[in-house]
Amino acid sequence: MPLALEGSQAIARAVALCRPQVVSAYPITPQTHIVENIAKLVADGALDCEYVSVESEHSAASTALGAAAAGARAYTATASQGMLYMSEVLFDISGLRVPLVLTCANRALSGPLSIWNDQSDSMAVRDAGWIQLYCTSNQEAIDTHIQAFRIAQETTLPVMVCVDGFTLTHTMEPLELPAQETVDAFLPAHRFARMLDPQAPLTIGTMVGPEAYSEVRHDHHHALLAAADNILRANADWAAASGRDWGGLLRASGPADARIGILGLGSLIGTLEDAAEQHPELPPTRIIALRAFRPFPFEALQAICADLDELVVVERAISPGAGAIVAAEVRAALSELPRAPRVHAVAAGLGGRDIGIGLYPNLLEVAQNEKIERFRIIDLDPQRLPEELSA
Amino acid sequence: MIEVRIHGRGGQGNVAASYLLAGTAIGQGWHALAFPTFGAERRGAPVAAFVRMEQRPFRRRDQVKQPDYLIVQDETLLHDPATLAGLKPGGGILVNSRRPATELGFEGRVHTLPATSLAENYIGRPVPNTALLAAFLGLTTLLPIEALSNELARRFKGEVLAKNRALVAAVAQMIETGAWKEMEAPHAIGT
Repeated sequence: MPLALEGSQAIARAVALCRPQVVSAYPITPQTHIVENIAKLVADGALDCEYVSVESEHSAASTALGAAAAGARAYTATASQGMLYMSEVLFDISGLRVPLVLTCANRALSGPLSIWNDQSDSMAVRDAGWIQLYCTSNQEAIDTHIQAFRIAQETTLPVMVCVDGFTLTHTMEPLELPAQETVDAFLPAHRFARMLDPQAPLTIGTMVGPEAYSEVRHDHHHALLAAADNILRANADWAAASGRDWGGLLRASGPADARIGILGLGSLIGTLEDAAEQHPELPPTRIIALRAFRPFPFEALQAICADLDELVVVERAISPGAGAIVAAEVRAALSELPRAPRVHAVAAGLGGRDIGIGLYPNLLEVAQNEKIERFRIIDLDPQRLPEELSA
Repeated sequence: MIEVRIHGRGGQGNVAASYLLAGTAIGQGWHALAFPTFGAERRGAPVAAFVRMEQRPFRRRDQVKQPDYLIVQDETLLHDPATLAGLKPGGGILVNSRRPATELGFEGRVHTLPATSLAENYIGRPVPNTALLAAFLGLTTLLPIEALSNELARRFKGEVLAKNRALVAAVAQMIETGAWKEMEAPHAIGT
């Protein structure tokens, strides 16, 4: 019998099932309920863990880094401005190859100030050298957090689990929480071979000169690419243990003969899937949930798009002055195909604008455009635009 | 699929009401989602929360734009066009008010309950959500009213739980059970 849980509460309990030894976080909407719930589990004695309250996200990430470097299973969570504030440390965590798990409760960036959901925050740290996994539902969020701790441990890379703020974090729904024994069997006790140890002293984070910096970057890049195998294995093993398969790097739904694809990240996928069911009169569509954004799944993406004529990428963030973020990479990956689909890019749901079920027919119209849609925000309200831009 | 929108002001337990309703449905084996739309984060600001429930799984997570039912925790919000926007034809409006429904000046299925004073009497706090949910379940009979009492036990303990349950039982007596039962809830297509 599934439990009625708020997303944040479920994520907190999933993290607790992974037995973190150090959690350090600074509260920020919409991440707050996650870390409050973890703090409560620690205070109630239900979780044996050092919970470190800090004065900022920079310190939250630094504390998690230090704890993980000393061999602890460490966790933190943030969103939006908090992600920006800790971004300096994010690059250190990954560059030092220290494994830990971070939840990003995806939220728009300031200014103008917005507390609401989009994916600008995690996209802004796209190049921080972390694994990034995006969740379509709270059940996937539970399962992905459990997988993330194993992936981090195996790869000695940090993993960012991205869950849409409010749309997932503040939504109550029926959820299955695995038994502690199931998680224990899946996730071995934490071990970090390069942990700092006073008995065998070593230094990390020293300066690296031009004679070796390129090789460090090469190594980091290839470690991330190779992490795709760990993501796939963690997904497969957890699917065997739990009965739930989230596709590994990506997953697709819809009729096999679809020639139009829609690709997105996060919680809009379910809305698109239900919309497709409600519109049988529209052309068949393959809906692709991109789960791993880093490492970027070149081959899996090429395989799932090879027979498509049109692909619409729905962005939940914008790169001002260029436009598309995800679609730029999708286009690059698909350009290697002998017969690549046309790739259209639109952004939707920025700063918490609701992604309604009515978005779906609009996306299919984009797919049937005569001209490739390079990039535009598809859900603009013309009445709120200056006259010269609303035409 | 049943779609409900709850309107109130910050501090009235709007999100809690949506979670209580969804939790009650989930406890009865339904698939349900409840989620808020936060406005400015302050007491007194208009707030809406959504519940979508069905006896089979669904995946959509968009806001409820065409509700079958409205639960209005503060009757002054009836003057805000956003409150009534999109209500399906024949949809039900349950309002926290001391006035009879006929005095509110709305056509259609409107029901009132003095939920704030009931809450003050039974639980000692002016939080109308439990009473309104009890009335909602009584009117629609979508879920057994005892299921709401069970769900309250996940949230409250001891004296607070007992008082909330007494309130639910009292409202169940006051309400014309099944008055909205025959309402057909058409499946929403598009928004």
